[in-house]
Parts: sequence; structure tokens; C-alpha cells
Amino acid sequence: MRFGIVVFPGSNCDDDCRHALEDVLQQETEYIWHGEQAFNDIDAIVLPGGFSYGDYLRPGAIARFSPIMEAVRRFAESGGPVIGICNGFQILTESGLLPGALRRNEGISFICNNTFLKVENNETIFTSSCTPGQVLSIPIAHMDGNFYIDEAGLERLRGYGGIVLSYCGSDGAVLPEHNPNGSVANIAGIVNESGNVFGLMPHPERAGESILGSEDGNYIFKSIIKSLESGSGRWTA
Amino acid sequence: MSMRAKAVELGLTSAEYDRIISQLGREPNLTELGMFAALWSEHCAYKHSRALFSRFPTEGPHILQGPGENAGIIDIGDGMAVVMKVESHNHPSAIEPYQGAATGIGGILRDIFTMGARPVACLNSLRFSPLTDDRTRYLFSGVVSGIAGYGNCVGVPTIGGEIQFDSCYYGNPLVNVMCVGLAKTDDIITASASGVGNAVMVAGAKTGRDGILGASFASGELNENSEEKRPAVQVGDPFTEKLLIEATLEVIKAKLLVGVQDMGAAGLTSSACEMAARADTGIEMDLLKVPRREEGITPYEMMLSESQERMLLVPKPGCEEAVTAIYERWGLDCNIVGTVTDDGMLRLYEGPQVVAEVPAWSLSTQGAPKYVTECEKPAYLDELNNYDMNAVPLPSDFNACLLKLLASPGIASKEWVYRQYDHMIQNNTVLVPGSADAAVLRVKDTQKGIAFSIDGNGRLCYLDPYTGAAAAVAEAARNVACTGAKPVAVTDGLNYGNPEKPDVYWQFARGVDGIADACRELETPVIGGNVSFYNETNGQPIYPSPIIGMLGLINDISKRCDMAFKVEDHSVILLGETREELGGSEYLKVCAQTVAGRVPELDLKKEKQLISLILELIDRSLIVSAHDLSEGGLAVAAAECCIAGGKGATLRLPATDSNSNLIRPDALLFGESQSRILISAPAESSAAIVELAGHYGISATKLGTVGGMNLQITIEPAKQGKYACSCCCDQNSTEEPSPCVDVPVREMEQRWKNSIANCMKAQ
Repeated sequence: MRFGIVVFPGSNCDDDCRHALEDVLQQETEYIWHGEQAFNDIDAIVLPGGFSYGDYLRPGAIARFSPIMEAVRRFAESGGPVIGICNGFQILTESGLLPGALRRNEGISFICNNTFLKVENNETIFTSSCTPGQVLSIPIAHMDGNFYIDEAGLERLRGYGGIVLSYCGSDGAVLPEHNPNGSVANIAGIVNESGNVFGLMPHPERAGESILGSEDGNYIFKSIIKSLESGSGRWTA
Repeated sequence: MSMRAKAVELGLTSAEYDRIISQLGREPNLTELGMFAALWSEHCAYKHSRALFSRFPTEGPHILQGPGENAGIIDIGDGMAVVMKVESHNHPSAIEPYQGAATGIGGILRDIFTMGARPVACLNSLRFSPLTDDRTRYLFSGVVSGIAGYGNCVGVPTIGGEIQFDSCYYGNPLVNVMCVGLAKTDDIITASASGVGNAVMVAGAKTGRDGILGASFASGELNENSEEKRPAVQVGDPFTEKLLIEATLEVIKAKLLVGVQDMGAAGLTSSACEMAARADTGIEMDLLKVPRREEGITPYEMMLSESQERMLLVPKPGCEEAVTAIYERWGLDCNIVGTVTDDGMLRLYEGPQVVAEVPAWSLSTQGAPKYVTECEKPAYLDELNNYDMNAVPLPSDFNACLLKLLASPGIASKEWVYRQYDHMIQNNTVLVPGSADAAVLRVKDTQKGIAFSIDGNGRLCYLDPYTGAAAAVAEAARNVACTGAKPVAVTDGLNYGNPEKPDVYWQFARGVDGIADACRELETPVIGGNVSFYNETNGQPIYPSPIIGMLGLINDISKRCDMAFKVEDHSVILLGETREELGGSEYLKVCAQTVAGRVPELDLKKEKQLISLILELIDRSLIVSAHDLSEGGLAVAAAECCIAGGKGATLRLPATDSNSNLIRPDALLFGESQSRILISAPAESSAAIVELAGHYGISATKLGTVGGMNLQITIEPAKQGKYACSCCCDQNSTEEPSPCVDVPVREMEQRWKNSIANCMKAQ
């Protein structure tokens, strides 16, 4: 499969995503520059983590205006899979491709730590390799990962199975003490109603090799690969 | 005001002003005077330290570049090299902690990527007053968030560090940062302006009026007026730095440059002068061509601005446009501002008019004065060294002592700090902070690993500047060795008081000797570093605080070793000897409020043998954990191994030293005898371990086993009870002694883990 990794000025997990997909999972990758207006022959888009535009104004608030984001929007609207990790998730909520917002962490400081994540919905193209309720060990590293959505929005998310990952204990229990950043309902990752746009704060690309402490991040990428292999052809946007 | 008076105002002496006149053959104008003031500052010219640098060993089989360039370089094989350096940002951090620390990171990153290496890790060494007052907590949290804010944004993991707290740092905290880069040996580039007629370009951020004369500010003592120097602190923009890293590495990789130099302290002046002096050329620049943030910047301000995130480039002929295109693609300015000349002059224009004209050599260390202060042993030393330890009563409750030590912020978990640092980005961090004695990165596409430790102990240096400095080298080497990495090279940060004072200079000179001797014995050359003087507040110097950054190399990353006790019934073995040495210990300070005594003896030949032993034990997979004994001694080290593994241990300590002399129980538990490592291993390996240790001449004592929920330490009964530990056992009794220490691992972990967070919550 061929993954397009968008590089914004200030992206800093672009190479980690490339490494996880290309060196570990033997997929093709291509960097897509933020100034481009289109891309071709891409099976899935990755918006990587980092500090696009220095996080000035608000994380993701400037990146959403990058020329490439119009192409990403077209790609998503035509059903192409898009995964936004950390800053990529922030860009997706800022662009309205995903609901909700990511606010400053409750403790007002940056947190880099391992977290446990419960797979709340394994019937998405991003989690189809997981078992229901599976607990994944994947690290977080962010300043603004406190997911917020209003009551109605939360109901809507729950209604269509939009909550994909939540912070939990090693036993899978989703309790307030496992919430690292103050996110509503311990939410760590959500999918849009069409099921093809996924945003998550944890970094699956950092959990792809046992030498780094966990291989659980591969469940996410392998799910995408599996669904692409069994499904439709390439998108262009 | 006369130029001479102005010179003094800028921090030069009258004699130095005369030296300028004799080198120029005339009086300088204001711009020229400012350039001399900046480059002849202690910070840039190493006036008081340069004379002693020749004492350091700087060469070795793997050393590609020793001191003299922006950073040192070590060949690690497979066509790869490690580039590393330590830098201090003490003074800026004392008055503007967030920006002071952040720009420290920015500066040390530029020192690394300017050589063609991608920064792959940062470490830091911090010194603060105890976290008991609001101002210190403000400084501490500001520095930590400054390091985090900059490092996280540029995407370089902060993988390790160390922190100590002592009231001597109240007015003058220390912020030493270290950066490590990885380069293909083919991509390495130097900072020289060779090739007469080549263009000179400025790339990166625009120049503004910030940080003017920051180098001079960093070269004086802090006092009550220092707050007024806040404008001398630069403001960093990590976003621009990230773009600058990518663009600069891209132009270097494309082989478009002859040389490149970042603009750090003394900005455009130092970068131009250093590049020209290294190549024995001159540089002409038109200052009006340098991109600026505002109108009306004078030549004086332009040459002395320390605006961040700027580089000076000398492209290969004909490559100017390609260089500019790459920087512009990353959204950065890149302009031709001048040319390389053959007359050795740094000549500056505004349009057609010459505004400054100075021989590059005279600004550089070739022209700068060099001082050696008369040395005098500090008056306090004899009294403190002869302190009578009998005055320290034995504690009645060793459990309480251990818990108190574990909660002492110098020993306690630094999780509150490193959780704020992205320590995983770049996908190389194999041993994360807190898990082992050193941080370990894998080197992608090879079997290798690189390990880093940064160490120093100001208290030991205060009591014995020579041994304390040597001990910092020994500890750093031991730390990387405990992960399975062979220590290979050192970068140092030498933090001292006012070098014009004979007793401070004595501390400095003894420290240099200690580091030099240890590095020679351990075969770890000093490949670069930094000196920070004038760390005083209102005349009171800090403890002498040399910091050692150590690189270790692991040939097979799969054999790396951490500190955790892992398996029930594994043997716990102590390598090295325990003596009755309480001087300068954390125990003495925390439990007896005393900083005194003779520091533990350090036998560098023994240390070398111990390091060879631990490397062989790890390489032969005979052991499963290794942890160096440092602050808090044996009991604290054992507690840390228990906490890391979530397992208890039952240990029995012999009551005597190798000469059968009884050791007081607090020294057995908490003394800080040098050159000791606590290991755990399968019981069946014990015989092989003891035999191998004997081969290296190191004593190996089986202390007990891993297991249970508690750490239990019993002191074996001695024939004659010189010290009955009153808490628990009657040493004249024939019954089995009860443990002196018996604490649940969970309780130790709580105290250790939350201590710093609790101190910070108190605000």
C-alpha cells in the first residue's frame, strides 16, 4: 500500500511515521509537501504529529489553511482513509473533518508517557485487526490533548460508534485516574461518521517494535492495510 | 564618555583597552569596541580557562574532532559519527528561566547541526536551591518548561539528565544542556570560511535588537541589578529552529557549502570572526544586506545582537542560488551579505561606507588576552575535611532514614521533570529516563547502541575539588557501563565562581586536573565543552560544579542492561568495596544537616577494572541488572532496583571492611564509597561472576536474593559490637539479628516517586 505523509512546516513525527510504515511494515510511503494542491496514487493519508506552524494561535489552527488541506478534504470526502496523529488529530478537528476540539492538558504541562488504550470500537478500518475491548499500550506526547465535545456531540459520537480508543488501566478499566489530560470520557481517538477519518492523540508510530517497548501501534496500521487490501482502489485528490 | 570609559562599561579592563589599541594601531570606534567587548568576554574568549585546557587528554583512536570546532566528533563505525557538546545557560536562566533555558537548547542544537549532524538527543544537568521557596519553584518550573517547550517542538528527544539541589545555587542556578547528533562521516562539515572570493550568506531568522551583549552579561557576577539585564536574554523560536535544522541539513547533504557556522553568543561578530580565523582569511560584509526586523538598527547593534536561529554560510562558488532556494522552500531568509577576502580583515560596510575594520585574528582567541590567576587553597577546606564523624550520632530508625533519603529531591524520581520532555520522538530511545543508569539510543540500521550520562556532584567538589571532579568522570563512565556501553568520550561543563579570586581559581585548576587524570586513566578523551565562570551572587560563589557528559558505545544493542531486579530468587551481588566513608554524602546532609568530612577515596585504576568487569559480565549475559552506587549508597541503590522491578529483596551486609575493621551501620547502608555496582543474576551464574571479578581484582560479595514485597537489609553480627545499631539488634546476642531496614517496596516507591511533584504543589 502507498501512504502519503503530509509534511507541514513544524511537523516532527513525519520521519517516525515513515519509519514505522516503510521500514517496519514494508509499505510504500511518500512525503507530501504542505504547499501542494493535489496528490496522486495514494491509498491512505497520514497527518503526522509535531508543531505545525509552531502551534502558534492554536495547534492545527494555521495548518488547516495549508493548500494541501483542500486536497486532503477532497480525498476524505471521496472515502479515502485519513489518520491524524497528535498534531494531525488537532488539524482534523480544526478543519472540521472531525468533531470536537483539543484543549490544553488539564495539568497545563506537556506529558510524555506510556498509556493504555481500550479499543471501544473494532469495527472501523483503523481497528479491524483488534479484538473488541483489546487493551493497547501506546505512548502519548502532547501539550494539547484534552479532547472536548459538548453533550450533544458526545451523544452523536456514541450513537455511531465514533469513540474508538479511550484511556484505560492495564486491565482495560476506563476510570478517571487513567485520564492523562482531562479528555471528555477518557477519549483518546475518534472516527468520523463515514468511518474513514480517524484522529488519535497517542502515537502508534512509536509503538511498532519490541525494542521500543511495544508493538501495539501496528494494530492500527495493519488494520488500515488490511482494509485497503480487501477493499477499493486508489484515491486521487 | 571616552572610548576607554565605554570599554570599562562594556566589561573590558583598561589594560585590555590598551591591548586593543596596540593590535589595531589606533583607537577603535564604538562598533569595533563592542565587537572586542563581546569576543574578549570570558564567555567567548575563555580568558581564564584556556591556559589549562592543554592538561586534558583530547585524542584517541575514535576521535575525529577534538576541541576547537563547534563540537567534538567520535567515529562509531559503520560510516557513522557521534557529535556532542555541553553548553551552559546559567545567567540567562537566573533572570528569565523559560527563555534562558529554551535558548540554551536552541544554541546547543545549532552547535550540532552546523557540523552536518542531525540532533538525536538532548540531556541536561540542573542545579537549584531546595524547592522550598516560591522563587526557586518559579525558576525550576520555568527552566523545565523552557527546555520542554523548545526541545519538544524541534522534535529532539530529551533522554536524560540529573538534578541536584543546594542552597548555594539560590541566586545562581545552573542550567547545562548537552546535545548529541548523528552524522554520516561523509556529511561532516567544518566552520571555516575558505576560498577567497566565495560569497558569505546569512540564513534563518531576521536580526533584531535582542540579546545585545549577552556574552558580556554572562561573563559577570549576578547581583541585585541583574534583573535590569533582562533585555540581554534572547528570545527563542523553536519553530524557526526546526525549519533551520531541516534546511541546513539539506544544503549540507547536497554538498552546496564550503563552511557553515551558527550565530550564538556575540552573534554575527563571533561567527564571522571564527570562520575567517579558522581559514586564515578575511570577510567583508554589507550590514544593510542582513535581513532585519526593524529599521534603524545601528552597526553596533547589528554586530552584537544575539537574535536566535541564524546561520552564517559560505557556499561553494555557483551554489548560491541553490542554497537560497532550499532555505526559501523552508520559509526562511537567505541572503548574500558579503565575500571571503584574503587580507585577514573583518571589514563591515553600510553601503559604501566602512563602519568597522578589525583583523579577524585579533578578535579571536589568538588576539584575546589569556590569564592565569594565582592559586590559593580555600580557607574553609581544612576545617571541613577534618570534621570528626563521631559527632554524627547513629540514627535510631534506619527505615525512616531510607525513606527520607528516597524523598530527598536530589535522589527522588525525576518523573515530574522528564514527563514534560518528549523523550521518545525519533523512535530510538531504548532505555527511557528512570529505567537505567544511562539513557540508551539504538542506531537505526546497525546493531549498535549509544549510551549517555551526565553527572556531577557539587558537594564532593566543594569538599575536594580534585577528587570530586574525577569522581564525576568515574560516575559518568560507570553509569554508561552499567547499560553495557563502553565509555568512549567526554564533553564537560565547568561551572565555577569568579576566576579572578585565587581560591576559586584553585578550585577550578584542581577540577581540571581531576577531570584530566580521570579521563586519561579511563581512556575517555575530552572532545569539547564549556566553561562558565562568575557563578556568584553578591560575592558568594556556588559549589565548584563541573559536569561530565559521557558517551558510551554498545556493539550489540540486544545486550543492553537496565537496573531493575527482575526475577525472584536471583542473587544480588555487590561489586567493589565498602569503606567507612560518610564525608560529603547525601545521608550526612539530609539526615544530619552536615556538609563536611573527607570525600570517599577514588582509585581510578580500580574504577577502570570495575568498568571492564561490568562490561564483560553484561556482554557474556551473566547478569540481568546493574546499578551504580552513588548518592544514598547501597540502601538507596537497592531500593531503586526494587522500585524499578516492582520486587523486594532480602540482603545481609558484612559488618566489616576488607581489613576486618567494623564499619558503622549508617556508613554500610548510606555511605558513598566509590567504584561500586549492585547487580542481580541467576544463582547459577554466581560462581562465574565471582571468578571473573577475581580476575579483574574486584571484590564480589553476594548480599542476598531478589524476592518478596519488602526491601530487608540485615547487618551481620560482628564479633565485637563497636556499633550496636540501637534500633534493632543487640550485637552481643547470639540470636539471629533482625533487619535494620525493612520497608515495603510500595511505600518506598510512593515516597520516591511523588516527592518533587509534592514540592512543586506546595506553591
